Amino acid sequence: MLELQILLVFMIIGALIAVKTKDLLSSVIAVGTVGLGLSLAFLILKAPDLAIAQLVVEILCVIILIRATIRKDLPFSTSGRWLFNTFITFMFLVVFIGFGYYCMRDLPRFGEPIMKIAQHFVSQGLKETGAANLVSSVVLDYRAYDTLGEATILFTAVLGVMAVMRKIGRKK
Amino acid sequence: MTIIVKAITRLTVGLILLFGIYIVAHGHMSPGGGFAGGVIIALSFIHIMLAFGKEEAFKKINQGVASFFESIGAIIFITLALLGISGGYFFLNFLSKGEPFKLFSSGLIPLYNIAISFKVGSGLFIIVVILVLLKITKEGGDK
Amino acid sequence: MSVYLLCLILFCIGLYCILRKRNLIKIIIGIAITGHAVNLFFILIGYKANGRAPIHSPDQTILNMVDPLPQALVLTAIVIGLAVIALIAAIAMRVYEKYGTFDITKIRRLKG
Repeated sequence: MLELQILLVFMIIGALIAVKTKDLLSSVIAVGTVGLGLSLAFLILKAPDLAIAQLVVEILCVIILIRATIRKDLPFSTSGRWLFNTFITFMFLVVFIGFGYYCMRDLPRFGEPIMKIAQHFVSQGLKETGAANLVSSVVLDYRAYDTLGEATILFTAVLGVMAVMRKIGRKK
Repeated sequence: MTIIVKAITRLTVGLILLFGIYIVAHGHMSPGGGFAGGVIIALSFIHIMLAFGKEEAFKKINQGVASFFESIGAIIFITLALLGISGGYFFLNFLSKGEPFKLFSSGLIPLYNIAISFKVGSGLFIIVVILVLLKITKEGGDK
Repeated sequence: MSVYLLCLILFCIGLYCILRKRNLIKIIIGIAITGHAVNLFFILIGYKANGRAPIHSPDQTILNMVDPLPQALVLTAIVIGLAVIALIAAIAMRVYEKYGTFDITKIRRLKG
């Protein structure tokens, strides 16, 4: 899987550019490249549903972030204890990566998943639901409560945006 | 926007909407489904809004119609889920499965896909409309 | 194994951006990168070597499919991530309108 590692290195470089650039618009476009690389990675990992969804969602996300950043100044200030804060943050990240590496030895090896529940979906899914796309049958038949919760969260997000952005009631 | 963007938008926006409807309708046989199709349908209307301005987009679909479609999507989803109680339990797929690999097969899954596409598409369109309609007036400032 | 480690490094870049940056838009970008890394990790867990996509075909029986369960979980998580980012962007725009800045150290004072 050499192409997957090349794609991950490309995503890491894009993320570094997005973090370190001082211009906000360039930073937003760089995070867009991270999302498009993720879409290609889904396609390599044999998940075409997620590739389509990630592609269109990333386009909409970039549109929303550009709307939020256009014609804005960037107050870039490095006052206070800059060296101390950066040192503490890097120490925390090093400890985090160390524990993560320690935990990863117990994971199943890459390419050999533990398919206990999914064995039933793969062998009986077409007979029980009649849908050829197994991801669709899992989302909408076996685990439809997830979809109900997702619809609720989306509705709550729309309500939250409307409540934050409304103009009525702010007159004095 | 310039004349190039407007001319290209007139040609392509119908195709984008048609592609979204195709993705939704074939979600149980091929890659796609309600989520991706709904976002594509929302993007087609956002495309009109970005190219022609918000007045042209509100002639096609305004906030009342969008909120109506969002409510309709939620009501269809909950109603189909509640109808399953008649046969046993919540979210029962009670229609006949039909023959696999045909458009009308797999019971309730295409109807769930259509309901989710209504909900996701109109919800994201409403979010973008609200974010666009806000005028940035710097009332606080650095006092 | 190296793929898992690269995914962890991507997560840590997002975490650094959340912890260290003082601009609200940069914090939103860090949240987006962290979400991408977690979604990718779910799919990496369920990948099977030389597997096929989990979609049945009319005239052949496919045996070595990848795991469809993490894909179904991530499909909902992607749309939820978009909704959360839209909500945080709305709050950031309102904060800019109220205080005139994106710097999180300058919005401590109360304004009624």
